[in-house]
Amino acid sequence: MSDKKKTILDYLNESMVWKSIFRSGVPRTRRQRMYAVLGNVFLHLHPARLPRHAVKVGYTWCMGGLSFFLFVVLTITGILLMFYYRPTVEYAFTDIIDLGEQVPLGIMREIHRWGAHSMVLTTWLHMLRVFMTGSYKPPREFNWAVGVILMTLTLLLSFTGYLLPWDQLAIWAVTVGSNMARATPFLGHEGPGASLLAIGDVNLVHSGSDVRFALLGGRFVGEATLLRFYVLHCIAVPFIAMIFMAVHFWRIRKDGGISGPL
Amino acid sequence: MIDNLKNIIDYLSTPTISFTILTVMFPFLFPPTDWFDKISRKFGIWRVWTNTGGLILFVLTTAFFYMGFNDDNFSIILNKPDNFPIIMMIYTMFFFTWYGMKKSYINDRRIDRGKKPNEYHDPDDKVLVWPDLVYIEFIALLLFTVFLIVWSILVAAPLEEPANPSVTPNPSKAPWYFLGLQEMLVYYDPWLAGVLFPTFIILGMCAIPYMDINPKGDGYYSFKERRVGYSIFMYGWLVLWIYLIVIGTFFRGPNWNFYGPFEWWDPHKLEVLNNVNLSEYFWVIMLNQPLPSNVILRESVGFLVTILYLFVLPVFLAKTYLKNMLKEYGPVRYVFLMLMGLSMLSLPIKMYLRWFFNLKYIVAIPEYFFNI
Repeated sequence: MSDKKKTILDYLNESMVWKSIFRSGVPRTRRQRMYAVLGNVFLHLHPARLPRHAVKVGYTWCMGGLSFFLFVVLTITGILLMFYYRPTVEYAFTDIIDLGEQVPLGIMREIHRWGAHSMVLTTWLHMLRVFMTGSYKPPREFNWAVGVILMTLTLLLSFTGYLLPWDQLAIWAVTVGSNMARATPFLGHEGPGASLLAIGDVNLVHSGSDVRFALLGGRFVGEATLLRFYVLHCIAVPFIAMIFMAVHFWRIRKDGGISGPL
Repeated sequence: MIDNLKNIIDYLSTPTISFTILTVMFPFLFPPTDWFDKISRKFGIWRVWTNTGGLILFVLTTAFFYMGFNDDNFSIILNKPDNFPIIMMIYTMFFFTWYGMKKSYINDRRIDRGKKPNEYHDPDDKVLVWPDLVYIEFIALLLFTVFLIVWSILVAAPLEEPANPSVTPNPSKAPWYFLGLQEMLVYYDPWLAGVLFPTFIILGMCAIPYMDINPKGDGYYSFKERRVGYSIFMYGWLVLWIYLIVIGTFFRGPNWNFYGPFEWWDPHKLEVLNNVNLSEYFWVIMLNQPLPSNVILRESVGFLVTILYLFVLPVFLAKTYLKNMLKEYGPVRYVFLMLMGLSMLSLPIKMYLRWFFNLKYIVAIPEYFFNI
C-alpha cells in the first residue's frame, strides 16, 4: 500500500503511447473519471454524470443496451459467416452444413441465429419498459417513433435472414410471409383495386409486375429471391438500421437524457 | 388423473375459450376504471402484481412446461429448436409485465399518500458514468455473452431438408414473430391481415406519444395515473400480439387446425367448415331468394354495416358518450384514435362472429379481391 511503489500499470500509464491514446490516465479521481467518458468516442454516447435512478437495472432492464450489443454481435458473426456462405441455390444449403462441420469453432451460425431471436425479444422488452415508464411522452415522442421503426427493421432483418439457409423451413416461411404482398391494395396482383389499373384489356398489375415480384425477383421464391434477400440482409437493411440507430442514440441525449421523475 | 388434467388444459386452450377468459379477465388485471379497480381489489385479483402473485404465475407456467416436456405429443413441439425463443418469450413477457406492474402499484400507493415515486432521487445527487454505469453494462454484456454461447453449444441451429419447391410442409408457418399476423389470416383476408393491419400497427405505435396527451407518469412506473391508455396498449400487446403468437406456434397444426397442447397433430383431423357470408345470410336465409347478380346490391348490407361501424359510430359517439373526449383531444386525434381503435376492436368482433355465426365475410367481393 506504499504510495511510492509503482505498478506496471503506472509505468504503462506514463508512457508516451498510452498517453496518446487515453488522454485521461487511469481514471482514479472524479475529474479523471469524467474525462475518461468525455474523451472516448464510444463512452461519449453517455453523459459524464447521471441521475441515480438511471443506472439501476430495475429501472432500465438493460434492454436497449443489450439490443445494441446484440446488433454488434450479429454484425461480427455475420461477417464471419459471409466468408463461407455463397447465396446461390447450388451452394447455399451445403455451405450451411459446412459451417457446422468443416469450419473451426463451428457455432457461429448458432450464435447468429439465437442472437437474432434474442434481439427480437430484447427490442420488444425495451419497448415494453419504455411504455411502462411513460418515457415516450414529450419531449421524447419523436424518439419513440424512431424506436418503432428500428423494431420493424429488426423484424425485417430477421425475416430476410430466415431464407438464407435455403432449407424447407426457410423457403416455406418466406413463401408464407411474402404471399401477403400479392394482396397489397392496388399494387399486388390479388389485391383489391389492382384490376382497376388497366388500359383496355391489359392489366398493369399482374403476377409479373406487382410488389411481390419486386420483393422476390420472380413469381416464386427462387434463385433471384435468395440473392435479393442476401443483399437486403447483409447490406441494405443494416445500413438503414444504422442510420436510424444513430438518430435514436443522439436523440436520447438531445431530448434530455434518460427519462426520470421530476 | 393427469390425463384428465391434460384434457381440461386442451379444452381450455381452444381459442374460443382461452381468448374469452383472457378478454374477460383483462380489465380486472389492468383496471381502466374505478369500478373494475374496486372489483379487482374486492376479489384480490390485483395480488397478481405482488411477490406472491408472481410466484404463483411462475409456478403455474413452469408446471405447464414441465408437463409439456414430459408429454409425448407436446414435447415434439416444445423441443423444436426454433420454439425455444417462444418459451423464452413467455417467461420474459410474464416476468417483465409482472415486474413493471408490481413497481407501478407500489408507486401508485406512494403517489396516493402524496410521496414521490420510488425512482425519485435528489437531482443534485448524481453518479459518475465511469464506473457506476460502464461496469453494469459490462457485466450485463458478459452475462448475456455467456448465456448466448452456452445456448449455441447446447442447441444446434435448425436445418431441415434442402429447399424443395414441390413439397409443401403442412403446416407452413411464417417466422414466429409474424405468427400473430398469420393467425389473423384465419379471420381476415390477406390484404387486411397481411398488409393493412401491419401498416396500422406500425403507424398506430408511432402515433402513441402524439395521441396520449396525458402528461402524467413520465419517467417512472405508474398505472393509476394513465390507466385507460395503459390497459388498451397492454390488451393489444399481450392478447392481440403475444397470445396470438403463442396460439400460432404451439396450437396450430396441419391445415392450420387447432390442436390442444397435449393433442397429437393428426393430419386427418376434420374441422367442420361451412362459413357463410353476410350477403348469403341476408338474401338467401333471411329473404329466401337467390343472391342478386349486381355486386353492389348483393353486398349492400355489408357496405352498410361497415359504413355504420367505421363512419357513423364515431360521429354518434362524438355527439353522445365521448363528447368530452372530442373536446379534450381535438378532431384530428379523435378521428385517428377512432380509426385505430375500431380497427383493433374489429379483430375480436370478427373472431366472435366467426365462432358463433360461422360468418366468413361482411363484404365479400372475391371478383375484385375485396373481402372484409
